[in-house]
Amino acid sequence: MTTFEAILLTIVTASTPLLIAAMGELVTERSGVLNLGVEGMMAMGAACSFAAAVTFDSTLLGVAAGILAGALMSALFALVVLGFAANQVGSGLALTILGLGLAGLIGAPFVGSRRDPIAVVDVPGLSDMPLIGRLFFEQDLFVYGSIALTVLVAFYLTRTRSGLMLRSVGENHTSAHGLGLPVWRIRFLAILFGGACSGLAGAYLALVYTRFWSPGMTAGRGWIALALVVFAAWRPGWALVGAYIFGAATVLQLHAQAAQFGVPSQVLSAVPYLATILALLALSIRRGRAIGAPGSLGMPFVPDR
Amino acid sequence: MRFELTPRASVSPVVRALAPVAAFITAFLIAGLVIWLMGRSPVAAFQVYVSQPLSDPWALQELLVKATPLALIAIGLAYCFRANFWNIGAEGQYVVGAVLGSWLALKTHGTEAGFWVLPVMLLLGILGGALYGLIPAFLKTRFGVNEILTSLMLVYVAQLTLDYLVRGPWRDPKGFNFPQSVTFDPSATLPPVLEAGRVHYGAVFAAVAVLVTAVVLGRTLFGYRLRLTGDAPRAARFAGFSTKATTLAVFAISGGLAGLAGIAEVSGQIGQLQPSISPGYGFTAITVAFLGRLNPIGILVAALVVALTFIGGESAQIMLKLPLDLTQAFQGILLLCVLAADALVSYRVRLISRGVAK
Repeated sequence: MTTFEAILLTIVTASTPLLIAAMGELVTERSGVLNLGVEGMMAMGAACSFAAAVTFDSTLLGVAAGILAGALMSALFALVVLGFAANQVGSGLALTILGLGLAGLIGAPFVGSRRDPIAVVDVPGLSDMPLIGRLFFEQDLFVYGSIALTVLVAFYLTRTRSGLMLRSVGENHTSAHGLGLPVWRIRFLAILFGGACSGLAGAYLALVYTRFWSPGMTAGRGWIALALVVFAAWRPGWALVGAYIFGAATVLQLHAQAAQFGVPSQVLSAVPYLATILALLALSIRRGRAIGAPGSLGMPFVPDR
Repeated sequence: MRFELTPRASVSPVVRALAPVAAFITAFLIAGLVIWLMGRSPVAAFQVYVSQPLSDPWALQELLVKATPLALIAIGLAYCFRANFWNIGAEGQYVVGAVLGSWLALKTHGTEAGFWVLPVMLLLGILGGALYGLIPAFLKTRFGVNEILTSLMLVYVAQLTLDYLVRGPWRDPKGFNFPQSVTFDPSATLPPVLEAGRVHYGAVFAAVAVLVTAVVLGRTLFGYRLRLTGDAPRAARFAGFSTKATTLAVFAISGGLAGLAGIAEVSGQIGQLQPSISPGYGFTAITVAFLGRLNPIGILVAALVVALTFIGGESAQIMLKLPLDLTQAFQGILLLCVLAADALVSYRVRLISRGVAK
């Protein structure tokens, strides 16, 4: 395997957690709820999955624990923003603060443990193709899963009745409520889905990407996933493109650090964050103000009966 | 099963003021439960977190030292949050203020520069924070970029810049390769309020900021303008208040106060630049602002209360081997409880099982 191929492979691994988390948040936001707690849910997913995987020596149980942890965190968020109609931005921030703290507590006993790499799934025949073979057909199950997730979410949102209901709740919750749609239930499920995805993304980080736990290992990826949703204008396909661009930026700056160009490593470490700002800026200049955002995004819903 | 919210017709100011207190008690009970689940004694933890700091004069000073940056930053955030703009990058503005102010301290280090150094440092701190805060504000007003994400991303950039400076050009050559700057000269050090005390003049700045803000928010047209922009943006535009000008103003104010907090902490408390100059004050200040109901006096009280959890967290780490992350988790729970309590005050919430007629 050439270095070039190796770099391409790591780009896929770096992009996958971003894609999974962004896909969850995309569905949540399409239902009209802004959950800024992605970073916290991701950290919890990483800590819980790693703790479970080490304790039971099972990657499968680890992944399940990560998903469950993310979903539980999002259920707490749902209780506060749906049940009590509390401010979504503030509650999301609180969820991030809480998640990072709790993850530190849960992960502390497991600092220093390591997990073995998980198996890659080789698609027979196709993986022998030059260059793209290994890149697309010799990856772990999560990578295939994340692509499938993107396709499913896109299909769900645009081609199913339930997806149409979810979008109409997000565009205008008052009208949707007037039409008799269960705004509360649809949003609750969308929030849970978002949380489960964030948890899964965290599990991927801890079990596949780094294969160890360290505090602060999410390093702003949850926030980048949030930015990706805006960047993608709330469309799954564009979220896929965006996730891979950001994954590439992350990996390339790591390689640039290793190559020692004489550029301070901190400048390169800042690249993903600066790239996020520039991407949001470029997007706003091209498309104008917040086009594509669900109409009721971030607004609390209190029906007048 | 679902919740039903009915707006309350009127809420007495007493109830509104008590809501954060109830939220704090709830958060405390939840934290106690967590500690109990971890197999520790909640009673012992309560003693270390609350009783001991409040009965120890040294810890009381420490309380003021920790509450100073929290109050300064949260007061600034109150301007933003009242107008419904989300500056969540105060941590970055704090760092940039500290860096720009420290630049002068390091430039004049070892020279006979006079009394002017400290005031100019403080002004540079305010300027640095304000300019850094204006970046997301400008991107929002000029290009419509969401301020939440940009202000947060800039936190990472600021921290990396500080990291670069103290490991590279600003590192103390005689510091045995430790990533830290030289110790500031006395002329660049914010003095303690009382001789030999720990509380520096930053506490005075915080008190002044509270008083000025109480007047500005409660008694001036600008304060009214912020409230109107937050509660009814359309009405504010019809009233002739430019949303852009409001945005830039609140970000500059909150950034400036965060920058002041940063340079005051570095020159009054730490005495040099290090890779880490904040245990997350900029983020915790968001909790403080809401716990204080975006009211200056409330924020002052909230800053003292939350500072207690920082000190308690540090001693709990030493005495009970309870990790510092517990403090952060508590702050998250606290913010959730405060926001939920706010909603519970405004609405009557009933849990309805499915099938019950409306």
